[in-house]
Amino acid sequence: MTFQTHTGNRGLVLEEKLIFEQGEAGRSGVDLPDPAPVKSRLGGLARDENSEIGLPGLSEPQVVRHFTRLSQKNFGIDSGFFPLGSCTMKHNPRLNEKVARLPGIADLHPMQPESTVQGALELMDQCAHWLLVLTGMPAVAMSPASGAQGELCGMMAIRAALDARGENRRRVLVPESAHGTNPATAAACGFTVDSIPATADGRVDLAAFEAKLGDDVAGIMLTNPNTCGLFERDVRKIADLVHAAGGYFYCDGANFNAIVGRVRPADLGVDAMHINLHKTFSTPHGGGGPGSGPVVFSEALAPFAPIPYVVKTENGFHLVETADEQDGKKPFGRLKGFHGQMGMFVRALSYMKSHGADGLRQASGDAVLNANYLLARLKTKLSVAYPGYCMHEALFDDDFLKGTGVSTLDLAKAIIDEGFHPMTMYFPLVVHGALLIEPTETETKESIDQFCDAVLSLVAKAEAGDSEFFKNAPYLTPRRRLDETAAARKPVLRWSPANA
Amino acid sequence: MRYLPLTQADRASMLETIGAGSVDDLYCDVPEGALLKEPVDLPHHLGEMQVERDMAKLAAKNMGTASAPSFLGAGAYRHHVPATVDYIIQRGEFLTAYTPYQPEIAQGTLQYLFEFQTQVASITNMDVANASMWDGATSCAEAVLMACRATRRKKAVLSGGLHPHYREVTETYCQYSDTQVAGRDGHPEHQATADELDDLIDDQTACVVVQYPDVFGRLDDHTKLAEACHAKGALLVVVFTEAVAFGAIKSPGSFGADIVCGEGQSIGNALGYGGPYVGLFATTSKLVRQMPGRLCGETVDQDGKRGFVLTLSTREQHIRREKATSNICTNSGLCSLAFTVHMSLLGEDGYRKLAAINHERAVKTADALEGVAGVEVVNDSFFNEFTVKLSKPAAEVVEALVARGIMGGVPLSRLYPNRDDLGAFMLVAATETNTDEDIAALAAALKEVLA
Repeated sequence: MTFQTHTGNRGLVLEEKLIFEQGEAGRSGVDLPDPAPVKSRLGGLARDENSEIGLPGLSEPQVVRHFTRLSQKNFGIDSGFFPLGSCTMKHNPRLNEKVARLPGIADLHPMQPESTVQGALELMDQCAHWLLVLTGMPAVAMSPASGAQGELCGMMAIRAALDARGENRRRVLVPESAHGTNPATAAACGFTVDSIPATADGRVDLAAFEAKLGDDVAGIMLTNPNTCGLFERDVRKIADLVHAAGGYFYCDGANFNAIVGRVRPADLGVDAMHINLHKTFSTPHGGGGPGSGPVVFSEALAPFAPIPYVVKTENGFHLVETADEQDGKKPFGRLKGFHGQMGMFVRALSYMKSHGADGLRQASGDAVLNANYLLARLKTKLSVAYPGYCMHEALFDDDFLKGTGVSTLDLAKAIIDEGFHPMTMYFPLVVHGALLIEPTETETKESIDQFCDAVLSLVAKAEAGDSEFFKNAPYLTPRRRLDETAAARKPVLRWSPANA
Repeated sequence: MRYLPLTQADRASMLETIGAGSVDDLYCDVPEGALLKEPVDLPHHLGEMQVERDMAKLAAKNMGTASAPSFLGAGAYRHHVPATVDYIIQRGEFLTAYTPYQPEIAQGTLQYLFEFQTQVASITNMDVANASMWDGATSCAEAVLMACRATRRKKAVLSGGLHPHYREVTETYCQYSDTQVAGRDGHPEHQATADELDDLIDDQTACVVVQYPDVFGRLDDHTKLAEACHAKGALLVVVFTEAVAFGAIKSPGSFGADIVCGEGQSIGNALGYGGPYVGLFATTSKLVRQMPGRLCGETVDQDGKRGFVLTLSTREQHIRREKATSNICTNSGLCSLAFTVHMSLLGEDGYRKLAAINHERAVKTADALEGVAGVEVVNDSFFNEFTVKLSKPAAEVVEALVARGIMGGVPLSRLYPNRDDLGAFMLVAATETNTDEDIAALAAALKEVLA
């Protein structure tokens, strides 16, 4: 039954104005003491008392209600099944949130004397140790802020190593299925990007790759398992070939969650690999960050790792913060203020300790099992992109929608109405109308079954010719399809009294 | 294992549906010998109680700023974070959401990002702000790269008053993109003025980067510098590390800055030993399409209702690949939410009052320290942080203060390990968290240590 309510609210779906539209001068959500009068030492730069900054005044209950209502317009892992491929939306344990807030962790200042932060340095060292054992690699840089910055870290180390060799190699080979950050990162390090085509089974075309090698090749950026959710079965040959040609092997470790505890990147010939702690080790995605992207290095690249880094000495743990410390290393520089995403190291270590070596192995196995189960169930109706087993995610193209008038996007929007977060759409770019589905290991068989049943019923509906239904989905969400073209054509990026 | 729901019966029935004999069979593409048959050499799984105990032991080996009078700053500041902030950011709908790619079910994230952008633009007095960066230092580096794109020039001039970490990150980002970084060394006793940087600005200069307040805590009016930049076709980038300051001091936008960026940790975010923090990034309407990072914009849905989406994504890596404005993918989502909630609680009056209290605490601290023999306050001007010159090496004084249960400041030798001329200087920051007793304790302990 549809009818208009007086308020615009619809039961639990509550409309919420911007804070700027509900504030009142003189209101505040904090009680602060009046400062004692002192002689200003602002050097004549005090702001004009009468000019407004433009911040609205709200009481604490107003603020709590505002953000609670906003939260209710969001879908998270806690809300339901979230099979967003290549993003690894697995359960975020609350224990990790709790330990990150412990006194002695949350209240540490990054510039405290070393003598007062031995536990923090030990924690970073422990987190690093787990990453090194799990990857089999000899060194790790903990400071990168995210996966994308981890890529930057790895590629800068390659640049530094080439410079140290006195070689002017500038071409980087990147498979066309790669995530957009790969070419963007290579470009940011002054490399040119040369695309490698894929074979019909979704892997690097080895012959094409070999043909592109030469003495101007700095290396390859290869995601493994790749963005099609497949293990690159020629990975060792690729590593050997690039090494023989004098280049390095950067592995995008975004999909390490599929193999953690079962395959060590060191055994595949990797020189550098970033690890998204927010994927494999379940630090929260938080609506788009903060992430954390430590990078493991081979012996060849280890000396070039950035500052800062932790070393163990006879007097305890020491944080090396300057490139000039005489320890034989040649850091390429510094990527971040202070020491990295400590709050994420705490959560990741808590997650790793909780799972242990046995549990991590079980987690990757269950992730792959869940994905293959979903693949087996859906391939009865959906068109698989590539034959064979998948790793942690299943990839379909839009061939099964041909002639229905329904697109991948339309299907995804209808899935929203069924109460799921949709799969990743239109990525990787090499697959037409791609649907990339990653169930993760923390989902039950029942939730995967329910999702598959819902998708299969929607496909049947599409085949029955009801494309109008799909074009207008979703119907049941706080907002329906949004006009992205209008948003980009005339950008409104902030509230102002003029456009109120 | 408590996070893994599959039972052995589930696994068996799923394998049967798949038509595989075992999970190992699913890894058939892994090269011979690389598939491990046993768990790696690390401890096995632990219950929640044991993990918490392990982590608490590590935490207990540290001396937290909550347990001692602390006057540490240098780019990270201890402020009171209202209980509401942590409650909101731990709501699962925020904590466990992804980047808002499906706007119909992510209006919560998108609306607060729009509010965040408005707040950041308001306090910096700029036209627009993005949905956040990783931290202040990376924001600074990205600002320089943006200025180079916008001006099609390849030289940046960095003020000596810029935080050394910001300088190092900027140099690191620039070193492989043929961008020249020029500038002079800073010194707390010699103020970098517009005149001093003036002769470094030429018609190849993309931007000048100054910090306000600068790393030594000093305040300077950069209006003339903005004019000097613009006269040469260069941009002025104003960087900050203390976002509370703009409640008390003139805004960078009022100087005529083209890009204003810095660290937002002070509002809503814990010290957390240096991260995660939140980079703030604002600019003029004219330069918006050169901006790095995610942007949220207003639009309408198909029923005509107002809603929000990520926009101008043609600047970004997932569309532009090697031609993108930056390789940045995520922002600091949850940290920007903490900022937004705290700023919403403060409001106009609270934000200004918080800034006034910070200044008052710092003035009181400076007054108290000026009375200690062997301490000289160097700054003529400051907001909530200033530099002192000590009669003994600052690094040793800091250790001696720690032995007395006080974290007195950051020795400049920590930030400038190669500068012998800065060994006597220490940065002292005071915020609303420092009581009169803290200030008295610091003065008394310094008196003892310097005697």
